[in-house]
Amino acid sequence: MSTQTIALALALGLATGVLAGLFGLGGGILFVPTLVALGLGQLEAQATSLLAILPTVAAGAWNQHRFGNLRVRTALVVGVASIAGVEVGARIATSVPEDLLRRLFALLLFGVAAQLAWRARRAAPRYPDSP
Amino acid sequence: MRLVAIGLAAGVFSALFGVGGGVIAVPLLILLVSLPERAAAATSLGAIGITALAGVVVFGFRGEVDVGYGALVGLPAAVGALMGTSLQQRVPTRTLTYAFALLLTAVGVWLLVT
Repeated sequence: MSTQTIALALALGLATGVLAGLFGLGGGILFVPTLVALGLGQLEAQATSLLAILPTVAAGAWNQHRFGNLRVRTALVVGVASIAGVEVGARIATSVPEDLLRRLFALLLFGVAAQLAWRARRAAPRYPDSP
Repeated sequence: MRLVAIGLAAGVFSALFGVGGGVIAVPLLILLVSLPERAAAATSLGAIGITALAGVVVFGFRGEVDVGYGALVGLPAAVGALMGTSLQQRVPTRTLTYAFALLLTAVGVWLLVT
């Protein structure tokens, strides 16, 4: 790993964290393309993204817990139940070709972009400022 | 029971795409369990911690996790996440959200043509 790669990784990591915190996302959706840009394969980028998510959500969850927004019991039930799903998802991810996985991921990005735009539109003020 | 179903769906999504699963969990927590939006986002963060940890273990055994890159990107991201959540309280995010949606679309196109 060159010094340049390390600097780029640190800068992209910081930017990803700011965007994730700002828009309430876990960050994986940005970690994966970041890691692909740094030269990892699609599957390796996705697996490594899961590791990068850990410190990010730990910081975010701790912050939200301080604000009193985190329902611990609900989070535990959903989280523990997800473990079975993870096994299924991992099997699918490792059995499909990587370029198909990359195309599906691109579709996921379009879906999230549409969802964000829809949410922002819905949150628009009902009585806009007069011109 | 609904929470278990949400967890299963989020887990499949998470491992399939290397994301936390919040993309699926947040809307489902709002629609099926009627959590308020902010509580849903916060609760999903807690669940994601467990989901991502399970994913790291599963993919780690398969030798797909690059610990060096994970730390290099993840640790500054934790600092950034604290900055981002504080920033969220102070700036109007609506225009930013459209810009962010555009950025995601651009990244999606880039992934398709690469």
